[in-house]
Amino acid sequence: MSAQPVASGTAKHGRLLRFAAPVLIAIVALALWQSLVVAYDVPAYLVPSPLRVLRALIEDRVLLFDSLAVTLGVALSALAISVMAGVAIALVFVRSRWIEMSLFPYAVVLQVTPIVAIAPLIIIWVRDTHTALVLCAVVVAIFPIISNTTLGLRSVDPGLLNLFRVCRATRTQILLRVRIPSALPYFFGGLRIASGLALIGAVVAEFVAGTGGQGAGLAYQILLAGIQLNIPRLFAALLLITASGVALFGLTVWLSHFALSRWHDSEISASD
Amino acid sequence: MLDIVAAGKSYRAGIEALAPVDLRVERGEFVTLLGPSGCGKTTLLNLAAALIEPSSGSVHWWGGDHASTGAQGRRLAMVFQSPTLMPWARIDTNVRLPLDLAGVLRAEADDAARDALALVGLADAAHQLPRELSGGMQMRASIARALVTSPDLLLMDEPFGALDEFTRQRLDAELLSMWSARALTIVFVTHSIVEAVFLSTRVVVMAARPGRIVTQVDIDEPFPRGDDYRLKAAFAERCVQLSRMVAEASGAAGTAR
Repeated sequence: MSAQPVASGTAKHGRLLRFAAPVLIAIVALALWQSLVVAYDVPAYLVPSPLRVLRALIEDRVLLFDSLAVTLGVALSALAISVMAGVAIALVFVRSRWIEMSLFPYAVVLQVTPIVAIAPLIIIWVRDTHTALVLCAVVVAIFPIISNTTLGLRSVDPGLLNLFRVCRATRTQILLRVRIPSALPYFFGGLRIASGLALIGAVVAEFVAGTGGQGAGLAYQILLAGIQLNIPRLFAALLLITASGVALFGLTVWLSHFALSRWHDSEISASD
Repeated sequence: MLDIVAAGKSYRAGIEALAPVDLRVERGEFVTLLGPSGCGKTTLLNLAAALIEPSSGSVHWWGGDHASTGAQGRRLAMVFQSPTLMPWARIDTNVRLPLDLAGVLRAEADDAARDALALVGLADAAHQLPRELSGGMQMRASIARALVTSPDLLLMDEPFGALDEFTRQRLDAELLSMWSARALTIVFVTHSIVEAVFLSTRVVVMAARPGRIVTQVDIDEPFPRGDDYRLKAAFAERCVQLSRMVAEASGAAGTAR
């Protein structure tokens, strides 16, 4: 009984350290960056100080946050499509080894071909730019969902499968009651990777498309700021992309924790 | 009830896991398959569960083929070496599973699961997850799941092999009580001679290379059998007799406990 408060205290301490340590590192790095830029009088068009970047973020907030909404819209649409299509493809793969053997190599080909090389083609072929951008991001983000979910659907405890066979369960019952729950930890692993890739895909596609005007994303703002030598805005746009990526990752981690924390070892040990 | 006729199992690489064997199990029997590792006990049980097809011979359930194992009132259930509980589901959901799969109404299935859990002494653990239970309790939940359908034939593959001796003896005694109270028919796999003599009405002695049935021994000691049965001379004599049989069949003394 006496060990419990000590254990819970240690767990709390561990959680605090997990957040406090990176924040502390960031504060130290920013302070160092600020003081070096000021001390050496580095011009803003070379390396802007963190405070200068913050000022650009506040001054250009309408422009930057509008662009962020566009980029996030592309990334989130791509992630949603990747999840739906990726899971559907994985279910088909698990249903038939033949289909998996026939199509999986093409999924690999799609994954290993650089998106920068495919994006111009997609942008030429697909008339609507927004659709083209989403499609580019899907091409990048879908593979980990397909790969991990397929692996998860196949990684079922053989004892449980035998139990279902003894109970004369149908294939659909086995899929719904064993394969899908067993695949969840693998799926969430794929989702974490896919969330970052969807954002990267969206930004790369915007770079290639170079679309401006009202529907311009953050990548376009970075391109434009680079041409105009408005480096503080470039840094501010970069900061927003990074923050969005971290937030997306955090969301997937939370989803995984929400779904698995009661029973799966990975989340149980993470919460200890 | 279960009739295995000249059924053998070979694998593609030419390995003969089980030479053709005959085994007949009648209603109300407690038959134990006993032998050292690699003697085909689990293979024979898997044939009885229709989990694998025989390479030769045939297996009949209630006089019919595999299709008759799922017929109403002719249920077959199995308990595996590990508890094989769904880790994401509560204990009552795990226990209810065979009824859910058979399309039994929820309220009826809940009642049956509650009864089965009470029977194995886990009434209070219904809402817990498997990871929150000890190994012995998980195995009890696994037995409750097998009993929830009131099976006509219960197949058990070394269910207590991974448990400590104390828990194992207690669960053996509880299993025997359930067998008696519910008039079950059980085919039980073990490599423990002591467990086989304690539980069975008949012990099927098996040997390896290739897996085969060597002999069958009736254990005609009366029931109920409690802890005092383990202290009787007849119990010790049976253990020694079976130990010799297993050792002789395996071609070397001391290959089985």
